[in-house]
Amino acid sequence: MTLLRVEEMSIEFGGVHAIEDLSFVIEPGAIHSIIGPNGAGKTTLFNLITGLYRASRGRIMFEDRDIGGQPPHRLARLGLSRTFQNLQIFFRMTAIENVMVGRHLHESRNVLAHLLRLPAVVRQNQRTSAKARELLDFVGLADDADVAAGAMPYGALKRLEIARALAVEPKMLLLDEPAAGCNPVETQEIDHLIQQIAKTGVTVVLVEHDMRLVMNVSTHILVLDAGRKLAEGSAAEVRANPAVIAAYLGAQGQRELARAQG
Amino acid sequence: MAALRQPRTGGLLVLAAIIAVLPFLLPNAYYFDVVILVGINALVVVGLNLLIGYAGQISLGHAGFFGLGAYASAVLPARFDIPPLAALVLGAIGVGLLAVVIGRPILRLKGHYLAVATLGMGLLIFMLLSNEQDLTGGPDGMAVQRLTILGYKLHGVHTWYWIVGGALLTGTWLALNLIDSPTGRALRALHDSEIAAQVNGVDVVRHKLTVFVISAVFASLAGSLSAHYSGFITPNSAGFLHSIELVTMVVLGGMGSTFGGIVGAAVLTALPQFLTVFHEYEHAALGLIMMVCMIYLRDGLLPSLRQRLHWRRS
Repeated sequence: MTLLRVEEMSIEFGGVHAIEDLSFVIEPGAIHSIIGPNGAGKTTLFNLITGLYRASRGRIMFEDRDIGGQPPHRLARLGLSRTFQNLQIFFRMTAIENVMVGRHLHESRNVLAHLLRLPAVVRQNQRTSAKARELLDFVGLADDADVAAGAMPYGALKRLEIARALAVEPKMLLLDEPAAGCNPVETQEIDHLIQQIAKTGVTVVLVEHDMRLVMNVSTHILVLDAGRKLAEGSAAEVRANPAVIAAYLGAQGQRELARAQG
Repeated sequence: MAALRQPRTGGLLVLAAIIAVLPFLLPNAYYFDVVILVGINALVVVGLNLLIGYAGQISLGHAGFFGLGAYASAVLPARFDIPPLAALVLGAIGVGLLAVVIGRPILRLKGHYLAVATLGMGLLIFMLLSNEQDLTGGPDGMAVQRLTILGYKLHGVHTWYWIVGGALLTGTWLALNLIDSPTGRALRALHDSEIAAQVNGVDVVRHKLTVFVISAVFASLAGSLSAHYSGFITPNSAGFLHSIELVTMVVLGGMGSTFGGIVGAAVLTALPQFLTVFHEYEHAALGLIMMVCMIYLRDGLLPSLRQRLHWRRS
């Protein structure tokens, strides 16, 4: 069964077509990367899939269910979770509390019980905290559990967001530039982490500018340019596609060359 | 021992100890009166801090809920023969329902817009209480019957001291429970990033409404206690100035610190009483103290002092 199916989707902002007539599918178990130059519509696409934007035309099907127009917290319940390009951390909370928020859907939401601190709430807090600790350990932040998120370095916060998103227990995890601003060592750790996540059966959708990371981990790549699909296929296929080389890799290569030559 | 050092358990014990010991230190009824007023304001502030300090939503109209609670306790027994205790409960339920109706549309607003909308809400309630002369006695106010529990009339500052002290301790316990629960984490999360809270499954609209209702009910109950204690109420208890005072107590004491809010309520309620030695300059002195506090202790009295202590120890 196809996990996500996008059909002829479009969205405009003030007459500008950010995404135009886009169709593609994501199969379960894949590491599906979405690449393209700046302004190609990658983050817009993430915002559409996770319900932050509403498409002006087209359909989004998640597990054969139309999810268009559903608010983000409902989509989280269906099994969609994400991280953000510009960090969206709960800075006033500790690292472990950030991850505990991700367990929200797995906890009882009876406010009266919360007010009275019934024994079930105490036990549930302990379970949530144990699970959060496990996830912090998984992303390599076990020692930072009780550190205020506001005091943590950038690279750690990137991984904290991933741990929080995993706490939702998603079927599909969308990572928006997880390696942006990370040094080569940190990027390698992210690379490893993404493969670990995919191994647990979570489908990973990745937006990333670091081409080495993308080519290394992706089972499938979708190339966007100016809101339209430019190419699609395995890493080898995309790399060999002349349109991609011209419009994206080529252009960037030329710019980098120009910069190198000063 | 470790549990004692937690802000939760330790703080509750300190508060209970202060409430238990204070009567032995207060020299006369005047001081009891001041402390009871502190306790009533603190009860509102503990609820308001959940809304402002934890969830990050402003309300400049909470005195309206306080006033409605007070008038429920005054009007229902006087005009409809409803027993005072039932009136107190009915008032709280009514205010909770009203908070749902008002909160639904206005909690979609943010920042300054929410501030103005809640301000309007407070003014409307104040006008209603002032203008319904037949029911409320209008701007002149009205007398309130004594609170009777099981046929026993409650009067005297000592009795009221224990009632208000018990209510404050209970309210604080409830607030601390909520903060350390999935609901509390969701509220603190949406304070920092509504978007991130949403994609993690938090129904932001519902949670804002929940905390708005809880804080309104806290205010209503405090209003009822205040009405029965003082035996007389005027619409000013629901007025704009009182709303501003309550918000100032939260900010001065420490946003997002339940015990800080109580300290804020204590300082701002008690200080004016003791600043009367400055005669006509008492308001200027109060204003100056507040400004200096905000400049040098920006996180609020309690959180800032705690930080300084930590800093010295390490």
